Amino acid sequence: MKMIIGRKVGMTQIFDENGRAVPVTVVKAGPCVVVQKKTPEVDGYAAVQLGFEEVPERKVNKPILGHFKKYGAKPMSILREFRVDNLDDFEVGKVIDVSVFEPGDVIDVTGWSKGRGYSGAMKRWGFQGGPKSHGSKFHRMLGSVGQHTEPAKILKGKKMAGQYGNERVTVRNLRVVKVDPENNLLVIKGGVPGARGGLLLIRSAKAPKIRKREE
Amino acid sequence: MSMDHLVRVVEKDYLKKEIPEIRPGDTVKLHLKVKEGNRERDQVFQGIVIAMRGSGLSKTITVRRIATGGIGVERIVPLHSPVLEKVEVVRKGKVRRAKLYYLRNVRGKIKIKERR
Repeated sequence: MKMIIGRKVGMTQIFDENGRAVPVTVVKAGPCVVVQKKTPEVDGYAAVQLGFEEVPERKVNKPILGHFKKYGAKPMSILREFRVDNLDDFEVGKVIDVSVFEPGDVIDVTGWSKGRGYSGAMKRWGFQGGPKSHGSKFHRMLGSVGQHTEPAKILKGKKMAGQYGNERVTVRNLRVVKVDPENNLLVIKGGVPGARGGLLLIRSAKAPKIRKREE
Repeated sequence: MSMDHLVRVVEKDYLKKEIPEIRPGDTVKLHLKVKEGNRERDQVFQGIVIAMRGSGLSKTITVRRIATGGIGVERIVPLHSPVLEKVEVVRKGKVRRAKLYYLRNVRGKIKIKERR
């Protein structure tokens, strides 16, 4: 189980050994510090708490500062937990950087998608909408939302307008293309959720589905 | 360090060192590696650069040539692609726009003045 916290830097393309262009996302990840271990005996579950991006002491409030002092860690702006199977692989104070990953690793990446605010059904769900002209007065509405006196209600989960984006999204089974420990960079094939500068949680794939590579 | 700078750091390793100065209107000779089964051979494609787009590692050129039978053939080639072994500028052309898409509609001989 490998994990790290990072920030999305941006996308570009690189060339593989066959000369094909591969779309990649550059992520600035780590170094992270193991701040706390959560044990089944004490906390009821096994997890490690990682800290990311050191900040001066005055930037954190007193209760959080106390938490850092308790475990002898420097104050950091980001604290996130990762569930793990084997706690013995981790020690409080251990530094995790991108070198734990290697090219070819299959990973899951969690981020927070770009917020689009309160959006209509066309944008949010890809509904067709109505004609723009020819006397039509039905333009971007979502159409019928239910049946008749039976069931006489709108079914729960009906796709309607509402908050779109700014939610936690996980993209599974992405592949690490390149690791650059010098600059703390991970290069991942494909896209990851969120805007540039957005926080990302990266871990080994939970259910790796190795696609057969086309020759 | 700005975020954008870090993307450049990744791209740096893939950039080619030597690419001649190319402008739209130039006639270029592209030496391309073509895979045929297990064999690899060199293919030369010569034509006029009618468009350039992108920057850095993603920069591409569109090269147009008239093949046998008067059929126009265009290839879009990433300049930094390893498939592109070598580019030679055969003739420098003098043109007054960045995209020469009008050449697709030119009947007869395409005339482009030489740039020095």
